[in-house]
Amino acid sequence: MASITTTASVDTAQVLLAGKQRPSPESLEYTARLRRARLGLIVAITAVVMIFVSYSSAYVVRKGLPSLDPRTGTLVHDWLPLQLPNFLLINTLVLLISTVTIELARRQSAREAAAAAGVSVPLSSPAHADGMPWLALTTILGVSFLAGQWLVWLELAASGFYVSTSPSSSFFYLLTGMHGIHLLGGILALLAAGAASLLRKSAESRAVMVDVTAWYWHFMTFLWVYILCFLEFAR
Amino acid sequence: MATGEFAARAVHAHAAPTSWIRKYVFSLDHKVIGIQYFFLALTAVFVGMFLSLLMRIHLIWPAASLPLLGDIKPETYLTLLTMHGTIMVFFVLTTAPQGGFGNYFLPIQIGAPDMAFPVLNMLSFWVTALAFFVMIAAFFVVGGAPLHGWTGYPPLSALPAAGPGEGLGADLWVISIALFCLGALMSALNFITTTLDMRAKGMTLMRMPLTCWAWFITAILGLLAFGVLLSAGILLLLDRNAGTSFFVPLVTINGQLTGHKGGSPLLWQHLFWFFGHPEVYIAILPAMGLCSQLLSVFSRKPIFGYKAMVYAMLSIGFLGFMVWGHHMFMSGMSPYTAFAFSVMTMAIGVPSAIKTFNWLGTIWRGRIRFTSPMLFALGFVSLFISGGISGPFLAQPVLDIQLHDTYFVVGHFHLIMGVASIFGIFAATYYWFPKMFGRMMNEGMARWHFFITLIGTYAIFMPMHYLGMAGHLRRYSQLTELNYLHGLVPLQQFMTYAAFVTIAGQFIFLFNLFWSMKFGKKAADNPWEATTLEWTTATPPPHDNFGGHIPVVYNGPYEYSVPGAPRDFIMQTDPATVKAH
Repeated sequence: MASITTTASVDTAQVLLAGKQRPSPESLEYTARLRRARLGLIVAITAVVMIFVSYSSAYVVRKGLPSLDPRTGTLVHDWLPLQLPNFLLINTLVLLISTVTIELARRQSAREAAAAAGVSVPLSSPAHADGMPWLALTTILGVSFLAGQWLVWLELAASGFYVSTSPSSSFFYLLTGMHGIHLLGGILALLAAGAASLLRKSAESRAVMVDVTAWYWHFMTFLWVYILCFLEFAR
Repeated sequence: MATGEFAARAVHAHAAPTSWIRKYVFSLDHKVIGIQYFFLALTAVFVGMFLSLLMRIHLIWPAASLPLLGDIKPETYLTLLTMHGTIMVFFVLTTAPQGGFGNYFLPIQIGAPDMAFPVLNMLSFWVTALAFFVMIAAFFVVGGAPLHGWTGYPPLSALPAAGPGEGLGADLWVISIALFCLGALMSALNFITTTLDMRAKGMTLMRMPLTCWAWFITAILGLLAFGVLLSAGILLLLDRNAGTSFFVPLVTINGQLTGHKGGSPLLWQHLFWFFGHPEVYIAILPAMGLCSQLLSVFSRKPIFGYKAMVYAMLSIGFLGFMVWGHHMFMSGMSPYTAFAFSVMTMAIGVPSAIKTFNWLGTIWRGRIRFTSPMLFALGFVSLFISGGISGPFLAQPVLDIQLHDTYFVVGHFHLIMGVASIFGIFAATYYWFPKMFGRMMNEGMARWHFFITLIGTYAIFMPMHYLGMAGHLRRYSQLTELNYLHGLVPLQQFMTYAAFVTIAGQFIFLFNLFWSMKFGKKAADNPWEATTLEWTTATPPPHDNFGGHIPVVYNGPYEYSVPGAPRDFIMQTDPATVKAH
């Protein structure tokens, strides 16, 4: 298995980076894969940004719109300002810690991949030196964040703010929900990276997966901080 | 989004599959995926065409009862036009040029073995196919397909009680659009990464064929536009099913309050048209790129103003995001805002004129070979001019007040967005069929198809401009109470008869397509004597596109009739040739 993978990788590298003068095929392939994956991630993040840009602009527009009161026939504002649950701060803290832990995982797996790329058979490295503990911790923190968001939703519902109560609550559920769905994608990617580790994929493969997942995760953290500030200051 | 997973698998050049399922159904090969997209679009275009046929029949024989379908009621007519528009815009005009031909030829033309992320590529096709099945399913649920038009304006599209088809049918419509957006976003991701990261040695950005530039810019537009439509679709689903009021104001149906209040239908229009206007360019940019290519190949001349063509496409793409408001002049928008949108819209006339000028410059004094792809490319230029010229009319708020929602608009966008893009698809089919299927298409049938389609589509859509100027509103199944429209009935009849002939002509194309796959003349590797990379490889291309070797590019894509060269064309891979400049 190991030898087959290595041969295929060398061929791929030659095909993909024909003509570029680099020392070893393994390191050459690793950097090429990393560059491509990061480029793809930047493009994907652009798409996610567009989604949240649309929601932010819709939020601002909808907030300024009056509604007709059928009883009095006058225009009133139906936007009820939302008191954000304090529990959100704990969730934010959890996510901020997770962005540190995944960065540690990313650096560790990158170091390992760089070392492996210098060695001829990359699969010989033991599975415990690949940042797995940090990945596992990040996964736990990510799931805790989502669980915390769920508690926030329950708290909000208990205080009478449902999805359709007021446009402010609609947007609250929408923004937190969409962020949660995207973070769930990050958690799935973490699990896939963990599975790659268990399935004994090469250190480079793991490192590429962990790298893009980590950058995606940083983006998710940044996005969450943005959403929180937006919900607080554009109340 | 498990980006990491796709990314990690992506760079391994996958081995040629052996099982039938991996080879033809869940294939990772961009060429197979391109053909899958092509046949999806082919299926969709015949469904969409059939719906338009029913509309044309109903317009001149309103009382006619059709076999199997029965009477066409007014609401059925609305269903027909909704599904016709949706299927044609999304599953034909967006799917075939980009997903179909782009998928097949972008990697080959830039010298790559495959797309950057093959798994993602497969996924984007199957999500798009699923979206199509969901869309078609809307015909077969209780209440039938929706009737809110392809633009899906709320409150009509947001309230299940608003009409038949606005229940489950409309939910399926929104879900289908959302799925389509996901597929289009994944596809855009792949196109952009592939173009930026997978070009062969020597294939600089400014040596890419204009087709690749067009697919690249289209992918950027798709990336920025489809996310917005997806967001809007999710809001609409919430309004429909979760009782929110993003788009729905206080409305009553039969005196009953719906429970919604305060939402803004205009908010939907802004979000929709922020996607909807770039979507026009998503449909037509690939055709522009292709026709630039074909005019050069078949005039045996370099493209006139390559850089100007690239910058014109970039500025069309950029300006395309600034003009969505021109669809909303009638919404009560401030005249100052309307003025800004109007000026921006007319500014698009400048790059469009540059392109047209360069096309004419390219064929000027060329040794033109009137092959079937060339005919369709010339037809495209003709349609682009005649359909585009009415754009500056509609871009002026004062004229738009008269022309809005009339047949003038229908004629305008069918010529420019519909038929011109379709001509691009036809040109691409005739041009690349030899490379894709290894045989030439029948030239005689292709000529019949061309002349019937060109004359037929002009005969259908030109009179619509007159109908519109006379004040005939679109989207009405019958306007029998309006006396001033009686005089226009013969024109409507003429258009329907023209539609019969044009649709009959499309079966020539369909027959030619399948007949040539089996019985066409065997194609050489470079039957058109063109210069780009797809003509350097075998016909059809091997699994890794170039059969184990990697092309190295030395020349630009349009080296035709170079003085002093041994042949009248220099392949992009020809090293050290005598160059005139």
